[in-house]
Order: sequence, then C-alpha cells, then structure tokens
Amino acid sequence: MTSETLSFIWRRLLQVIPVVIGIACLNFLILQLAPGDVVDVLAGDAGGSSPEYMAELRRSFGLDQAVYIQFYRYLSNLVQFNLGFSFRQNMPVLELVMGRLPATILLMVAALVIALGVGCALGVLAASRVRTAVDNLISVFVLLSHAMPTFWFGLMAIVLFSAKLGWLPSGGMISLDKQYTGWAHIRDVAAHLILPALTLSTFYLAVYTRLTRAAMLELYGADFVRTARAKGASESRVVLVHALRNALLPMVTMLGLQVAAMLSGAVLVESVFGWPGLGRLAFEAIIARDLNLLLGILFLSAILVTLINVLVDIVYRLLDPRVELGNRQT
Amino acid sequence: MKRRDLLVGAGNLGILAAMGMGVPGISGAQALPQPAPVKGGILNMTIPSEPTTLVSAFNSTMQIGMVSSKILEGLVTYDGGLNPVPALAKSWTVSPDGLTIRFVLRENVKWHDGKDFTSADVEFTLLKVWKVLHPFGRAVYANVNKVDTPDRHTVILHLSAPAQYIFSYINTYGSQILPKHIYDGTDILTNPANAAPIGTGPFVFKEWQRGSHVRLERNANYWDPGRPYLDGIVIRFIPDAAARTVALEAGEIQLAVTSIPIPNLTRFADRKKYKINLDEGKFLSSIFLLQFNVRRPNLSDKRVRQAALHAIDREALVRLVWRGYGKPATGPIPSSVKKYYNGQTKQYPYDPKKAEQLLDAAGLKRGADGIRLKVTLDYGASSLEEERACQFIKQYLGKVGIQIELRSSDAATYLRRIFTDVDYDLMVSSLHMLPDPTLGVQRLYWTKNIVKAPWTNGSGYSNPTLDRIMEAAGKEADDGKRKELFRQWQEIAQEDLPILDLVELTWVNVSTARMHKVNPQGDGLFASFSDVFLTPP
Repeated sequence: MTSETLSFIWRRLLQVIPVVIGIACLNFLILQLAPGDVVDVLAGDAGGSSPEYMAELRRSFGLDQAVYIQFYRYLSNLVQFNLGFSFRQNMPVLELVMGRLPATILLMVAALVIALGVGCALGVLAASRVRTAVDNLISVFVLLSHAMPTFWFGLMAIVLFSAKLGWLPSGGMISLDKQYTGWAHIRDVAAHLILPALTLSTFYLAVYTRLTRAAMLELYGADFVRTARAKGASESRVVLVHALRNALLPMVTMLGLQVAAMLSGAVLVESVFGWPGLGRLAFEAIIARDLNLLLGILFLSAILVTLINVLVDIVYRLLDPRVELGNRQT
Repeated sequence: MKRRDLLVGAGNLGILAAMGMGVPGISGAQALPQPAPVKGGILNMTIPSEPTTLVSAFNSTMQIGMVSSKILEGLVTYDGGLNPVPALAKSWTVSPDGLTIRFVLRENVKWHDGKDFTSADVEFTLLKVWKVLHPFGRAVYANVNKVDTPDRHTVILHLSAPAQYIFSYINTYGSQILPKHIYDGTDILTNPANAAPIGTGPFVFKEWQRGSHVRLERNANYWDPGRPYLDGIVIRFIPDAAARTVALEAGEIQLAVTSIPIPNLTRFADRKKYKINLDEGKFLSSIFLLQFNVRRPNLSDKRVRQAALHAIDREALVRLVWRGYGKPATGPIPSSVKKYYNGQTKQYPYDPKKAEQLLDAAGLKRGADGIRLKVTLDYGASSLEEERACQFIKQYLGKVGIQIELRSSDAATYLRRIFTDVDYDLMVSSLHMLPDPTLGVQRLYWTKNIVKAPWTNGSGYSNPTLDRIMEAAGKEADDGKRKELFRQWQEIAQEDLPILDLVELTWVNVSTARMHKVNPQGDGLFASFSDVFLTPP
C-alpha cells in the first residue's frame, strides 16, 4: 500500500470521530422528544406504583435533572466510552450490547455474503444469457424478492421449511434441547442461520443482481473488453477478470448503504426468527424508553456504519487505482 | 403431601361442574382421562416477552412471575376456586378479631445453595422487600405492624386492622420469599441473584442467555418427594406471535403461556395433538374496560356513560373480537371472584334506542351531520384484540351519534397521556382485578388514588359514599359483612359507571396434548410446575 493510501486511510478514520459525536448528540436530543420515560413503563408493567416511589426512581436514575445536565453527563460519559447503565435490564449497557453484537454481526455478514455472492452470480448469468428464458426467469425472481416485505418472506419461509417440511429450525440461534460442541455446534448454528440470513438478504440480493446485469451488459460493449477478446483471452477470463472487476464498483457503493439498512432490517428479521441480536434489543429499548440502552446501541451502530464506509472507500481504491482519493491537498 | 392433593382435587371438581365457558368444543378438554405421571423430559415453553429480572418479590410484571415461580416460591398457591392451598406454609390460622395471622412453615425445605429455609427468610422478605419495594405489597402489608418468629417454622403477623385480602396475594406471584442469607445487607434491587435466583422451588436456575432463553434443571432435593417430574424447563423468548404459533405447531415448544393470538387458536383445535387451557389466569381475573375521563364536560354526566354502555353490544364484542374466549362483564368484580361477585346489579343490555333517549336527556342532540359528541379513544398497542375492540366500540358508539377518533400509542406515551397529563376523553385497558376487590378494584374508584401513576384512578371519579364503603370493606374481619359492603360497592359502580366493564378476559395457554398437570391451579400462569409431566410422543 502506498504512503498516499495510508495517509488517506488515516485521514478518513479521523473524520469518523466528529461524525460519530455529532450523531450521538442528535440521537440524545431527538430521543428527548418521546413522551413518557422508563419509569412510566416500569410502573405500567408492574401493574401500578405510587407517585412517591416513581419520583424516587426518577431521582435515582437522574431523570429529574434538567435536560442540559443530563446531556452534559451523557457526553462526558461517552468520551470515556462509558455507555451508562440500563435501568430496565439492570445491567451495564456495554455488557448488554456486547452480548448481542456477535449474533447480529454473524447474521449481517451471512446476509451480505449471500446477497453479494448470489446477486453477482445471477447478474453475470443473466447478462451472458441476455433476453433468453434464463434471463427472464431471473428477472421475475428479482422482481419478487425486491417487492416482498421482509417479515412476510420470513414468516412464509418458517411456515414452509419448519412447520410443513421440518427441514430447518423455526427460530433461535442454537438447539436448546441438545447441547452441541465443536463442529456439531457450528453446523447447528449454521442451520439456524440459513432462514434469517436469506430473509435479510432478499432485498439487496435483487439490487445486486440488477446492478451486476446492467454493468456487465454495458461493459461487454466496452473497448477494453473487445481488446481482451481480440488478444485471445478466454470467455471466462473476459467475464470474470475484465468485466466483473469493473462491474463491482457500483456494488461496493451499494454495500456501504446496505450495512446501514441491514441494521434496521435486523429488527424485523430478529423478531420473526427470535435471533438474539441487537435489532431486537433496540426495539425493546424503544418500547421501554430505556434511553441509555438505546443511545448505546445507536452509538455503536453509528461507529460500525461509518467504519464500514471508510472500508468501502478503501476497497474502491483497491479495485480501481484510478479512483481519486478525496480531500487531496494540491 | 396427600392432604394437599386431596384439597386441590376436591376444589377442582367444583370448577369443572361450574365451568360453563362459552367456547364450544374446548371446555370439555379437561375431562379427558389423565394418565399416570411420568418422570423425565425437558419442557420447552415460551412466554410473551423476555423478563427483565428473574425475581418477582419486588416486581409484579407478569412475564417475570411466569419464569420466577419455577425457582422461587410463596407461602401458598391457589386452587381453581381461588382458595389458598399450602405451598411453603403447611397451615395457617387467623385470630377471631382478625388481628393475628399465624403461619406454620414446612420443615426440611432447603434453598438451592443447601441452606435451610426458615421463618427468618419470611420475616426478612415481608419487612424489607414486600412492604418496601413491591408495588402492591406496600398496600397489601400496610397493616402489618410486627412480625414474630417464635421458632424456625412459625411466622406470626400482628396487624393494626384486619386485612383479609392478604390471603388473596400471598402466593408466589404476589409475595415471593427470598433467601435472607443472600439478600440481607445488600441493595436488593441490584443484587446479582436477581438474574441468577436461588430459591426453594422445584427447578434450579442454570443459565439465562439474554435475548434467547432461560434454562432450569430439576431440583433433586425438592421438599415434595418424587417431584418435580420434569428433568428441566427451557423458557424461550420468541417475540413474534406468528413465529410462536409455528414453533408450537412444529413441536419445537410444548407450551405457550398466554402468547398465542386468539385468531391463531383454531390451528390448535385438534384435541389429540393440543390442549387449550383456559383456567390458569383466574387469579388475575382480568377485565377489558372502557374508562371515561369524568373531568371532561359532557363525560361528567352519568347519563352519557350509561348511554354508552347501552350502545355497545358486549355479546357481539366477545363473539367477534375474542372469538368466544371471554364473556360479557356485569360489573367491576368479575364472576371468577365467586366469593364476592354479585350479578344482580343494575345492568345495561344492548339497546341503542335507550342509549339515544339517554343522550337526548343529557342535552346532547344530534347535529345536522347526525353527530352528538366528538371524543377521542386512546389505546396502547398491547394486543391485536384490543385494537379490534376499539374499532368495534367506534362503530357502535358511532351508531348513536358519538363520533370517536382512535388514538394508538406505545405504552410509555399512552401511560403518560392518561395518568400523568390526564389529556384524554376515553381509554381502554385490560386490568387485573385479582381475587380480592380491595386489592384489584378499589384502586380504580378510590378518591385517594387520583394520583399521577399508572393504573390508578385515572378517570378522576370521586364518590365519598363509595370511598367509605371501600375503606370499611378493606378492614372488615367478618366475611359476611365484607360481602354486603362489596354488594353495595358494585351497585354504586354500576349506577355511576365511571368505568364500563366490557369483557371478562380469559388467559389462554396452549400446550401439546402430551403435557399434563396433576393439580390445576387458579394461579397456574405462575405455577411452580412441580406437578407437570410430559408423556412420551
């Protein structure tokens, strides 16, 4: 990697800091607008409480303080990477989030791999058999998976593969009745992962297929592909090395967007499949007005998304060295 | 423990005879011959949502009780008729003046860490936990002045005034006993044992995988010899109702506690494969109700409220929205609370003409557009049935000229708007009336309970006569006199109607037909499951 690239990476990483802090501030302020607080929900769930006890709880949670004092406390905790305490779950936020993060990352990575891998393959296939039955079939498939609501697809998949056929488990991350270890454990998790990952990937799978197909068709007519053919490169080399590499650029852009969208899509998919990830935790935190927890999840998600966007920029550069690196001093 | 079995068995016959539930083809399910208990097996069950802690001693959230009751126990449990039967207490006596209650505790009971369970644990939990930290406990045990523990197995409560309702809340759900040696001298609310409880119950806590499940294993040293029958219980949290339904159909779970939506119950109609249990939520005795904000100008007129009750066809509401699971309520005390229920109060059968007359009399004439009154109706997004019931109410009140705008919000917004800001016209909720009106119903009508906290007297209704009756009933030792006070109370409530009691709800548990319980319980949602067994497939 050239020193120019390294300094680019370094600059981009530094830019992440103000962006993330800005997002954190916005999150805090926007969430203040929601009516009701965690004490209302706690008392509501418990079937009632006295106003004195509720006031006492608010005092001990610091919720009776003015907003600017709470904001100051939140920010000063944040710079020490202290995400606070979840009063509802009775646990430190960092511990809660870290307990759930691996499951969400596993789900997201699996969905990304499926969407990219299958999307690319289908796109290439459709482009090389353009306007044949295969191309049409893929188009119909793409249309359906693009239009279908994620949660509905998930439910139908459970009904078919779990209830009717009994091939795959309907939810959870591991088989709770058998405590597997080693390879058996990995196979078990994989079996549980298939349906949620497929469900989460459907929308972007369609997007990638279309992007690849369009890019490939455009590139087939390009000069450098004709040159490659003229110098006797095999058809597979032309497709995979010359055309596909260039077709990947728009897909990488889309990937950066997808990561952010996936975090919100995970709320639905994790709920339908009982997947013990962050999405559900965030949803529960909203319903319970557990703002410390919600802010913690949003903060970590913001870091994740901005870092992945930096990564996307780097991949861009590696795929096509002609791409200008932003913010270059001249 | 033969005596206990006999008692419970006898009580149970009573319920079967009295059970005229309006659900065809299901009420008879209990009558199928019960197989002999089998040992072994793991029960996979699901509850509506994940609990936030695993101890009920200071938190009465339902899903906590559904898990916690397998690990920790109370002094009593309730049979199908809601009478207390022994759990950790073998027997009890109340002095004739109602001022002393003496419990004799079971001997040879051990905590899961091997320490002895004694009267000191009960004393500690009552004084330091129930009386201080429990949302209802503070009211239930308010009259308890002093607790004596003359020996390791006797607990004597000394009361400032009789408090018969204590016997309606002293089970695992209401009054769970904590180990003193773990909690004494610590911050009870943040004690690590709240997430890994040490109890006396039939099952020992094993693990809690957040977001996924709680795993429990059989307690080999349980005080009831031969029990529990199961090797363990796995409680899974499946947030999506449709996914829960499929998991039960696929055989991945054997029991869904209160978590299958009523429209999906038809999928479990096959009695060879599934059991639908309707009796386990009697302890809660929940009612779906429509509450008026009587501070609002037109809603302060009782004729308007009476008209509204005449305008809503409750039979149709139960049939269409709850598909027959439930029955029309006749007043603030539900019929499941047999001891105090009075069905002979003033009733308001479906009669839209009468409703229109009452509205005319109240001065609310129909305008040119046919509308007499425009009001909002708030509901929390708590269940599909509640939402549909609101649409039903909107239609029926619309027919008599009361135009309703529906407002749905999440729990926090809803609770804040109704009970703190008091910025609403009508609202619906499903509230637990509990086996004793002093505990469950008084809070909704009592002037002193017009406060800014959830599930209080949010309608703002105040009636000094009723206040006096309710307060007298609370500290009455004689059951006959209490019944009379409750009768007057029901009559006043049915005349003034700050709250329209619409439907007595049925809590529905669905299980595989392989799952059996030896002792049906009225508080079965919070039962210990020591008597549950699974016959092989």
